[in-house]
Amino acid sequence: MLTIKNLHAQINGKEILRGIDLNIRAGEVHAIMGPNGSGKSTLAQLLAGREGYQVSAGSVDYLGRDLLAMMPEERAREGVFLAFQYPVEIPGVSNALFLKTSLNSIRKHHGLTELDAMDFLHLLRDKMKLVGMDESFLSRAVNEGFSGGEKKRNEILQLAVLEPRLAILDETDSGLDIDALKLIADGINGMRNPERAIVLVTHYQRLLNYIVPDVVHVLSQGRIVKSGGAELALELEQHGYGWVEAEYAARNAAQER
Amino acid sequence: MNLQQDSRQNIEPEHVPLPGHDVPWVVRARQSAFERFAAHGFPTRREEEWKYTDVSAIGKRASLKPAPPDPTSDAAALILFRDSGHLMVFVDGHYSGELSAAGELPAGVRLASLADMLNEAADLPEAFFDQLHEHTIFAALNNAFATGGAVLNLAPGTVLDAPVYLLFIASGQGAAIYPRNIVIAGEGASATVIEHYLGVIDAHNFTDVVTQISLGAGAQLQHCKLVQEGSGAFHVAGIHAEQAADSRFVSHSFVLGGRLTRNDITSSLNEPGCLCTLNGLYLLDGKQHVDHHTRIDHIAPSGISREYYRGIMNGESRGVFNGKLLVHPGAVKTDAHQANHNLLLSRQACVDTKPQLEILADDVKCTHGATVGQLNDDSLFYLRSRGVDAALARSLLIYGFANDIIEKVGVPDLRARIRHLVLERLPQGGQIKVML
Repeated sequence: MLTIKNLHAQINGKEILRGIDLNIRAGEVHAIMGPNGSGKSTLAQLLAGREGYQVSAGSVDYLGRDLLAMMPEERAREGVFLAFQYPVEIPGVSNALFLKTSLNSIRKHHGLTELDAMDFLHLLRDKMKLVGMDESFLSRAVNEGFSGGEKKRNEILQLAVLEPRLAILDETDSGLDIDALKLIADGINGMRNPERAIVLVTHYQRLLNYIVPDVVHVLSQGRIVKSGGAELALELEQHGYGWVEAEYAARNAAQER
Repeated sequence: MNLQQDSRQNIEPEHVPLPGHDVPWVVRARQSAFERFAAHGFPTRREEEWKYTDVSAIGKRASLKPAPPDPTSDAAALILFRDSGHLMVFVDGHYSGELSAAGELPAGVRLASLADMLNEAADLPEAFFDQLHEHTIFAALNNAFATGGAVLNLAPGTVLDAPVYLLFIASGQGAAIYPRNIVIAGEGASATVIEHYLGVIDAHNFTDVVTQISLGAGAQLQHCKLVQEGSGAFHVAGIHAEQAADSRFVSHSFVLGGRLTRNDITSSLNEPGCLCTLNGLYLLDGKQHVDHHTRIDHIAPSGISREYYRGIMNGESRGVFNGKLLVHPGAVKTDAHQANHNLLLSRQACVDTKPQLEILADDVKCTHGATVGQLNDDSLFYLRSRGVDAALARSLLIYGFANDIIEKVGVPDLRARIRHLVLERLPQGGQIKVML
C-alpha cells in the first residue's frame, strides 16, 4: 500500500529525514518508535502533505501513485488520514459541520451521493458511541476548549467517520490517562481490517500493550535503524533506545570497513 | 460646504414638512439643531474622532434634503421576517402603516412611530431631543430632520417576548433618510429590538440615524442592528444607552453592506451593578469603509462590560475600530474586557484598530486585546488533511471567525439570517450553507 524509498527531507535547510525505507501492506499495523527529535512527526506530517518540507531525494508510492505529488486534500480523499499530535482548534465551526464537510468532500470525490442531515446524524451517533464521546461535542466548535484527552478522542472519531485506507496516528497516546488510552485503543483496534493499514507513531511502548503491532520500527536521527516484531517494543521499554543506535552505528562501521 | 449643493433656503426645517411642525418645542429644537449643523458643517479628518473616516463625499454625492414619502415604492418585496415579532417598516425614513404589522402588544407596552408619538404625547420625546447636544454633528442633523423611526415605551415590569423588528428600507431615490428611534424600558422591563437597514442594490442614499435607549433599574434590552445598505450608500448612526442600576444592555452591530458606514455606539453605566455587552462584526469588500466608535462609561461601582468586535476585510476595503473605555473615579470593582480581532484577506485591505482605556478608579479589572492577521496555516492544513479543498477550507475558516460573533445574537431567526448573509458573501459559502 505504502512504499517509501530512500526519503530525504529538510526543514529550512536542516536535514530531518536522512534516507527512510519503509514498506507497509494493507491489513498491517506498524509502530514507528524513536527518541525525541528522531523525525517521527516530520515523517507523519510529510505523508499527510504538510507544506514547508523540502524533499531532496527519494520517493513515496501510495497505491501506485506518487504521494508527494498530491495535494493534502487529494491524499485525504484517496484514503490517507493523519491523527494530529496537536489537533487544531477551529473556532466558530461546529464539530458536526466540520465532519460533514469533510465526509462529503471525500464522498463526492468517489462519486458517492452526499449524506443528508438525517443519515449523517445516524452515522455520527454510532461512531461517537464507539469512541465514548458525548453528543454535546457535535455542536461545540472543533477542539475549542477540549481537554487534551477529548482532542485525541475527537481525532479517533474523525478516523472512524472517514474510514481511511491508511491511518497514521501521531503520538495519539500522549497526554492520556489509562482509561482514555484503553478507550482510544479499543477504537483503533475496531478499525483494524484487511483493507486498512495503520501506522502508530509513538514515543512510548504503553499504547502497544493495547494495540499489538505487526512490525515495530525504530527511527533515530532520520533513519530507520531497526525493525522487528511486537517484542522489539518491549525491549525498547526496558533498555531504552541507546543500544539500538549503538548497534546500528557498529553495523554501519563494519560495512564501511 | 454641504449646504452649497442644497441651498440653505431649500433645506431649512421650516421649509420641509416634518413631523411635529405644530409642536413649539419641536420647531425650536429643529431650528437650533439646524443652526448648529449649518455653523459647523461635516467633521473633517483633522478632528480626532474622524481621523480615519472621510465624510466629505457625503455632501458631494448625496443630497441632505429629507427624502419625501414615496407611495409608489415597491418596498414590500424586501421584507424578510414578516411573521416574527412586532414589525414596523419605514421607507426612506417614513413610517408605512401599510407594510407594518405591529401585532398585539402586552398591556403597558407602547410602540408607535415618531410622528404618531409627537401627535399623541409630544412631551415624551422632548428630553431625548434635548440630550443630544453633547453628541456629534450628525446627531444635530438628525434632530433637525428626523422624519420617522420608532418609539418603544415599556412600563415597569413589562416583558416583550417577541422582538420589535424595525425595518428601514432605502428605495434608492438618492435622498437623505433621517430615522430617530427611542427606547424607554421602565424598571425591570425587558425587550429585544432589531434595526435592519436595507437598501436596494445600487442605492446611494445617505442615512443619518439616532437611537436613544434609556434603561431603568433592572431593565434588560437586547439591541441588534444589521446594515445592508446599497453599494453606494452612506450610513452614519449613533446608538446611545443610559443604564440605571443592575440593568443589562446587549448591543450587536453587523455591517455587511454600504459604501461608508459609521456607527457610534455608547453606553453609560450610571448606577451600580450594570452589565453592558457590545458585539460587532463587519464583513467588507471592494471599497467599503466601516468605522465603529464605541464608548463605555463606567460611572458607578461594580459594572461589568464586555466588548467583542471582529472584522473581515477583502478587496480595498477599510475597517476602523475605536473602543473607548472610561472608568470614572469611584467606579470601583469595574470588570471590563474588550477584544477586536481582524482578518485581512487581501493586500490592499486595511484596518485601524485602537483600544482607548482611561482608568481613574482603583480596584478594577480591565483587559483588552487587538489583533490583525491572516488565515491560519495550521487550521488550513488541518481542514485540507480531512479532504476539504483549499478554497472551501478558507471559506469555512472565515465563516467560523464570523460565526463566533453571530452566535452571540439571542434571536434565532436573525442569527440564521445573518449566517446566510455572511455565507452568501464567501466564495464557497454556498457549499457550507447546504451543510448547516
